[in-house]
Amino acid sequence: MIHSPLETKALFHVGPVAISEPVIISWVIMALLVAFAVAVTRRLSLMPSKAQTVLELFVGVIDEQIRGTMQAEPSPYRALIGTIFVFILLANWSSLIPDVEPPTAHLETDAAFAAIVFCATIFYGIRTRGLFGYLRTFAEPTWIMIPLNVVEQITRIFSLIVRLFGNMMSGVFIAAIVLSLAGLLVPIPFMALDVLTGAIQAYIFTVLAMVFIGAAVAEGPQESPNSHNGK
Amino acid sequence: MEHAVQLISIFSAAMAVSFGAIGPAVGEGRAVAAAMDAIARQPDSAGTVSRTLFVGLAMIETMAIYALVVALLVLFANPFAK
Repeated sequence: MIHSPLETKALFHVGPVAISEPVIISWVIMALLVAFAVAVTRRLSLMPSKAQTVLELFVGVIDEQIRGTMQAEPSPYRALIGTIFVFILLANWSSLIPDVEPPTAHLETDAAFAAIVFCATIFYGIRTRGLFGYLRTFAEPTWIMIPLNVVEQITRIFSLIVRLFGNMMSGVFIAAIVLSLAGLLVPIPFMALDVLTGAIQAYIFTVLAMVFIGAAVAEGPQESPNSHNGK
Repeated sequence: MEHAVQLISIFSAAMAVSFGAIGPAVGEGRAVAAAMDAIARQPDSAGTVSRTLFVGLAMIETMAIYALVVALLVLFANPFAK
């Protein structure tokens, strides 16, 4: 019997807090990322070592993506966007290690990421435009759109959750079903496809996060030609 | 009575996946055909076209994944089958 993909079993308890497998894998990935970043950035030099070259290449690519998608200077968003991308990529690819289920194949991890993106949208929107300026964007183009805009904010976050969860969970699920039906080597092509899906889904999640934050931030300059036309 | 709920759940899960896969399948077919056409006309831009195609396919495929998630919800997390 295949167990439900929607429930997570607690491995052990720390006080009242139940610790499950995705939590442990997430913390291991976080520790690896922090350790790598600290180890490389402690000895930065103008003649970069191999690891520093890799890191610089990576930061350069992320900066270029942010500049292209958000039409803004990447420095305020680099930490958030870059971390989301690297973490989701590693989490999706952690299924390559035997006996490890990717934490993104559980609904809670994806919901946490989407909650971060949701809060970041509001935070950057208020920081760039002020509280009333940000609230006024809900009443664009007219005040009739206010309920639709509010609903849109929530539904797009839900589709973000379900997109990542569904893709990763279906990969794990299909591998399990094929393994139970066929034999040892048959699921390998499906797992190879899963690697591609994991990379693409990490990219899509990051791009959509950039688009949402960019839309909250960049509506300022777009407003001025509108009001100009109104006069 | 409980038996009937489970029967209907399994049936509707199969229906959700089978009919939910039609639209994305048609969409993916059209997208791949258009990309093939573009690559055949301009082989130089094959890299850009295929990269955009992969992202677009993943977005289209998400629609089918939604149907799968609904089917799994009906099968595993059905509040009426308990």
